Amino acid sequence: MKRIALFSAMALSIGLMGCASNGGGMASAGEDGSTYMTKSFKEVIATSFQAKGSAGLDRLVQTEAQHECSKYDYLGKPLPKDIAARIEKDHYSKVVYPADGQYFGDWKAGLKIAEDGKGMTWNDKPGTPNGGNCINCHQMIPNNPSQGNLGPSLIGYGKTRGNSEQIVKYTWARIYDSTSFNACSQMPPLGASHALTQQQMKDIMALLFDPNSPVNK
Amino acid sequence: MAYPMRMRANIEGDAVVVRVLMTHPEETGLLKDKEGKIIPAHFIQTVTCKNNDKTVLTCDWGTAISKNPFLEFRFKGGKSGDKVTVSWIDNKGDTSTADTTVS
Amino acid sequence: MKKRFIGIAISAAATTSFYALTLGVGLTPTVAHADSYIDMLNQMGGNPAEFNVSAGEKLFKEKRGPNHKSLETCDFGLGPGVLKGAYAQLPRYFADTGKVQDVESRLVTCMETIQGFSKEQIEKDVLKDPFAKNGGNATDIVNLAAYVAHQSDGMPMEVPQNTPQEKLSFENGKKFFWYRAGPYNFSCATCHAENDKQIKISKLPNLSTPDGEKAWVAATWPAYPDSQGVVRTLEWRMNDCMRQQRIAEPKYLSQVVIDLETYMGVMAKGHKILTPSFKR
Repeated sequence: MKRIALFSAMALSIGLMGCASNGGGMASAGEDGSTYMTKSFKEVIATSFQAKGSAGLDRLVQTEAQHECSKYDYLGKPLPKDIAARIEKDHYSKVVYPADGQYFGDWKAGLKIAEDGKGMTWNDKPGTPNGGNCINCHQMIPNNPSQGNLGPSLIGYGKTRGNSEQIVKYTWARIYDSTSFNACSQMPPLGASHALTQQQMKDIMALLFDPNSPVNK
Repeated sequence: MAYPMRMRANIEGDAVVVRVLMTHPEETGLLKDKEGKIIPAHFIQTVTCKNNDKTVLTCDWGTAISKNPFLEFRFKGGKSGDKVTVSWIDNKGDTSTADTTVS
Repeated sequence: MKKRFIGIAISAAATTSFYALTLGVGLTPTVAHADSYIDMLNQMGGNPAEFNVSAGEKLFKEKRGPNHKSLETCDFGLGPGVLKGAYAQLPRYFADTGKVQDVESRLVTCMETIQGFSKEQIEKDVLKDPFAKNGGNATDIVNLAAYVAHQSDGMPMEVPQNTPQEKLSFENGKKFFWYRAGPYNFSCATCHAENDKQIKISKLPNLSTPDGEKAWVAATWPAYPDSQGVVRTLEWRMNDCMRQQRIAEPKYLSQVVIDLETYMGVMAKGHKILTPSFKR
């Protein structure tokens, strides 16, 4: 008897879960008309966190890009093209390029930055240099298994692309804020968030483009 | 410096099983501190385990043993009420010892 | 390359033959996810967390607090004093508090209502500093949680989705799972929504679907991660994830953590619990 009751409860809850995801069902509509930003969800966020170190409560406030991408991810639908285009254009317009027009620093320093995952957590001391987190997600150096694959491989980056002005500026903008090209990019905006300084970004550019860099060997 | 140990010894089947959690930094001597200076090697070298007065296990350890080592081993010929003792000495001459009764 | 072992004796002068491999008596790792590295690590035997389960049991049965009572009549959802299988069904809704609670939250409820500890004392002794330092000694609440959870070891995860509150907890957990925030735009899903992904060398479980690669990891907590050197629970795991997510700190026992536990637990439904497990 208990087993039947449990099964019915599971079937019922699966049905209800399906409804909620499609816009009907048990959760009331949020202010944007979807079932996403409901009163109860907002309350969970408002009551669950405390500031620590450099991580203030403002970090839970979403940007437009974050909100739209989260919403459509949750709903299981693709981000509408017009919203994506607007977000990408907006972020691209805010990319800051080096004022001196110099894009390349020292690849040896860039390698250290690429391997360093420090920065911007509540444990990290503000004011100390941050890392680029690159190797966490990207393979960059041949024959090294300790590199992530959340992002595409960058092995041979400069070798295969050359260093035309176009590709150089594109790469810079990618590091600065990948949302400029993909509204729901998973890559953190290392320039726009001020995680990396311009000099650090130049060092990473050198790591990617310098023929002597291990990336291009 | 204090090096507390937590120990347990139980009869399991026809053997006494001993479990001991040791405290020790187990420095390999290969890591550097924030200023770039080598942190000196500091590791347990010899572990001696006794059942009453009889040595049942001796271990020669090196720098491959990880921090706060957990040792589990079993031996035959022990019985409930026996006293099991674990002692170690490290490369600096520091020591620690703990004992428990086989339950 | 350094080799790191977990206290496996290398004896040059053993006077008795010893066999360090044991099936970790009391842990019965009969897990459905066979051949994973977690299974192999846990079949080797020798889990320091056994001390924590013992310490937790002692605390659980000890008469403590102004009411001088033990926690043995605490109700974890299956009735007062019923521990077997209770952790397998947490988080769940509790009518007496009107909330969806996880094991640590429920322990606090019982410490207040049965043992008579005041909110101020709980705040000071339990909530303020629940997580030990790396390599330190686990706090009382973690030992208690390890003990209670271990009573469900080997049983399938069955986080309930019966009441409206439990379903809401799942939905809000799912919403937060996809919630991008902070300077890096990270959500849980950034790392945990695809198969075959790794961050540096660490394989990432896909927690976004019941079929996700290693979605069963929710069933392996509380755990003793070797890199931590101390027993950790899912409350700690969420805290450390959110630190790396670059968002603000979740309060201990906060709703967002409990909702995420509901979400992860439902995704791991049916998988056999292995706790306390030994991990990297």
